Amino acid sequence: MSDSSLRPRVVITGIGVISGIGSTRDEFWESLRLGRPGIGPITSTEMSELRFRNGSEVSNYSHTPYFTDKQADFMDRFAQFAVIAAREAVAQSCVQWTDELKDNTAIVTGACVGGQSSEDACFHDVYRLNKPRVPPLTIPRIMANAGASHISMEFSVTGPAYTVSTACSSASHAIGQAYWMIRNGQVSMAIAGGSEAPFSYGILKAWEAMRVVSSDTCRPFSKDRNGMILGEGAAMMVLEPLETAQARGAAIYGEICGFGMSSDACHITQPSAIGAARSMRAAIRDAGWTPDQVDYVNAHGTATLANDVTEAAAINQVFASHRPAVSSTKSMHGHALGAGGALEAVATVLALHGGILPPTANFNLRDPDIDLDLIANEARHIQVERAISNSFAFGGLNAVLAFRATKQK
Amino acid sequence: MSDELTQRVLKTIASAQRIPVEKVKIDSTFEELGIDSMDGVNILFALENEFNITIPDEAAKQIRSIQEMVDGVDKLLNESSAPAA
Repeated sequence: MSDSSLRPRVVITGIGVISGIGSTRDEFWESLRLGRPGIGPITSTEMSELRFRNGSEVSNYSHTPYFTDKQADFMDRFAQFAVIAAREAVAQSCVQWTDELKDNTAIVTGACVGGQSSEDACFHDVYRLNKPRVPPLTIPRIMANAGASHISMEFSVTGPAYTVSTACSSASHAIGQAYWMIRNGQVSMAIAGGSEAPFSYGILKAWEAMRVVSSDTCRPFSKDRNGMILGEGAAMMVLEPLETAQARGAAIYGEICGFGMSSDACHITQPSAIGAARSMRAAIRDAGWTPDQVDYVNAHGTATLANDVTEAAAINQVFASHRPAVSSTKSMHGHALGAGGALEAVATVLALHGGILPPTANFNLRDPDIDLDLIANEARHIQVERAISNSFAFGGLNAVLAFRATKQK
Repeated sequence: MSDELTQRVLKTIASAQRIPVEKVKIDSTFEELGIDSMDGVNILFALENEFNITIPDEAAKQIRSIQEMVDGVDKLLNESSAPAA
């Protein structure tokens, strides 16, 4: 194991968000700290033939304030979200681009389903309308790496750029990989996060068939929970070594201290407490911490019957000697799949930065099978120092990030 | 309900679960047949297709046995064939 005192510390100097609870970092945070969900009827897709109606949608989204029509022709909604969030993060970070920095900056994004609306439109044309041809930009709009590619073109960043696809853990894996690249000295800056826009008819029918989507809202850890609510959006962070951030006088939102991964290796959809616990322990170990130092857990908390009870058991295995505060912000921004880990990483960093732990909204009833210190409905105004953000994907692929508050200047 | 309906349900379950139809009895437990939650969802899909019915999520959550699957299909078929009021 590497000596954590010898490696560079890595901090977050920019945050960008577009989501169902706000189209900027500040709007997102405002909703989180007020416990205000952004869940309602999905309007971007015809929903009349589906058993569920609700999602967390970026309300009244149009590309026009962000992109020209010509630019938007080349970009699916999910890639647009990626660039919008990256622009905000880079602007906040006040990055002074040089050719050397562009060569030494990485872009790592998470995406689960890629350009679903574009794929759906193509298949609709081919199979339903029997059209003999489809738009030639269909493939570049569908590909899951489109977000990373468009971010690299936006800022002329020429360093390593790629996309990780591990379902609901994609963005956490992406941020973790970017963090390790900086820590290992491979790059001097990274733009990392995730983006997703899964509200296309075909993929929503597939979610309906799994019978895991709630017919009303997302109530993580509540006894009356009845499934997840899908969400869309993107979150991106600018990561860089503490030393260079301080040298250039950048605002610092928090420190990323650890990253842990594991695979359940047991079932393609059912979660495993052992696998989840292993990834939490790995992240805490990577940070050089002990479990009793962790004050807050931003849970995966999907509000499915299986996830929440399993995750609670895993948390109790890891934190045997004390009870960290736990909440699931999916109750507000929904489950944004490949962007989920990024929205939740940002929620965790902003919680440490703002001294407020966001709640689990829509919580009604304690579940006797879930024994956690849950932050229910009302945010907890308390400055804590260390937190982790959990992502546990279908397919049993787990990723956990560890963050620490930085002293305010 | 008819014996024929029961046999058709058992056959559909066996086919979806990829096990010999002789193994599926009306009183078999999900455990005995190795049916986990995802298998269960898959079987409901097969039943919906076989009988051209729609099984609501709330009803699906209550189902704990093969007998309840047969009863549920029977109920939905009766509802769909009931004369309009």
